[in-house]
Amino acid sequence: MSFLELHDVSKTYGDGPSQVHALAHINLEVEAGSLVAVMGPSGSGKSTLLTIAGSLEDPSRGEVMIGGAALSHLSRDDKARLRRRSIGFVFQDFNLLPGLTAAENVSLPLELDGSRSSKAHAMAMQMLDELGLADRGGAFPDELSGGERQRVAIARAIVGERRLLLADEPSGALDSANGEAVMRMVVAACRNGVAAVVVTHDAQLASWADRVMFIRDGHMVDQTSQPIGPESLLAGSSQ
Amino acid sequence: MSVKHALLALLSEGPKYGLQLRQEFEAGTGEVWPLNVGQVYTTLQRLERDGLIRSEDDAPDGPQKGFGITATGEEELDRWLHTPPDLSQPPRDELVIKVLIALRVPGVDVHEVIQSHRRYLIELMQQWTRLKEDEAHFDVSFALVVDAELFRLDSVVRWLDAADGRLKRAESEKLLPGSAGPRSEPGLPKMRRRVGVPR
Repeated sequence: MSFLELHDVSKTYGDGPSQVHALAHINLEVEAGSLVAVMGPSGSGKSTLLTIAGSLEDPSRGEVMIGGAALSHLSRDDKARLRRRSIGFVFQDFNLLPGLTAAENVSLPLELDGSRSSKAHAMAMQMLDELGLADRGGAFPDELSGGERQRVAIARAIVGERRLLLADEPSGALDSANGEAVMRMVVAACRNGVAAVVVTHDAQLASWADRVMFIRDGHMVDQTSQPIGPESLLAGSSQ
Repeated sequence: MSVKHALLALLSEGPKYGLQLRQEFEAGTGEVWPLNVGQVYTTLQRLERDGLIRSEDDAPDGPQKGFGITATGEEELDRWLHTPPDLSQPPRDELVIKVLIALRVPGVDVHEVIQSHRRYLIELMQQWTRLKEDEAHFDVSFALVVDAELFRLDSVVRWLDAADGRLKRAESEKLLPGSAGPRSEPGLPKMRRRVGVPR
């Protein structure tokens, strides 16, 4: 069953001659446990798609469903609750709060959602431990490397009962080794049942996805077919 | 790829049998480049003829015949390792040619042509990444081979992206062949226009 569904979603900004069609008739379904990459150049609409999928913005037309709930039927407060409990966001520039430690950054969404501080802290430390950052929980963002900051951002995005991970160029500012580490974490989260959408212009990053959608000028123009097994690469190798 | 130098490299570790060389070659390249036994022995014969290796004993040709590298072979291996591959002449890239031709064929949307190649390349990259996800974490040689292939494919996708953007800009400025707008005269120096053409 799809955890995220976009049905005929369009988004326009402005009126009259200055009107901009950011998205046009987008359909997208992401099953629990799968990773979908949306690939396109700057200005193609991929970031707008992500903010609409994450209920940060409303579509001009069409419907977004998360976990079976139609967002158009939810109040502002309901949507905020849905974001806190079910959706994790990861951005290229990490967006960690500089005055909080790594562990506090990760536990913050749990506390905002009503968890006791001690319980939230324990869950945050467990998540950091799983991502290889157990000894960095007390460090502030400016004491972390770029790779560590993004791993903290991913920990914050998937801690608790989050079932949807939305990432905008999550490895864009990192070198290839750290970028790969970040994508391994996203894939691992998906293997644990999280549905994930990564928007990117980076082919290497997109190649981690189960399915890649191509967006151009607000239209979804193409997608990859079901990937065949990698064995064919080895069997067909020439000398 | 130079099988000759790969075998010299393996023999630089110490004397080995033909079958062993084949197994170690395949393991060392992450089993991405299989090698048949016939090719191993043909190459060993040439290396011995050229004085780069010598037979370890008088055993007849076959799997039990051992080989070792000579001093000349070590010098040749060192020379090869430090000699950059010739990248000065761009190859006649089939994909580049297809995009250039697509521009000229009436009724063909070059952006669709670019997208079909982009999709194929990404699908190929997905397969390579699966290999990395499953196995490469535990095998450095294999990871290096997979990374090399991913970076190579990635560079082709980047070229397609750049070509897509350049063509869109050219269309908006009516600079493409057949468009009514101003065209820049072909003022490129001849040297640039000869790029990629073998002499």
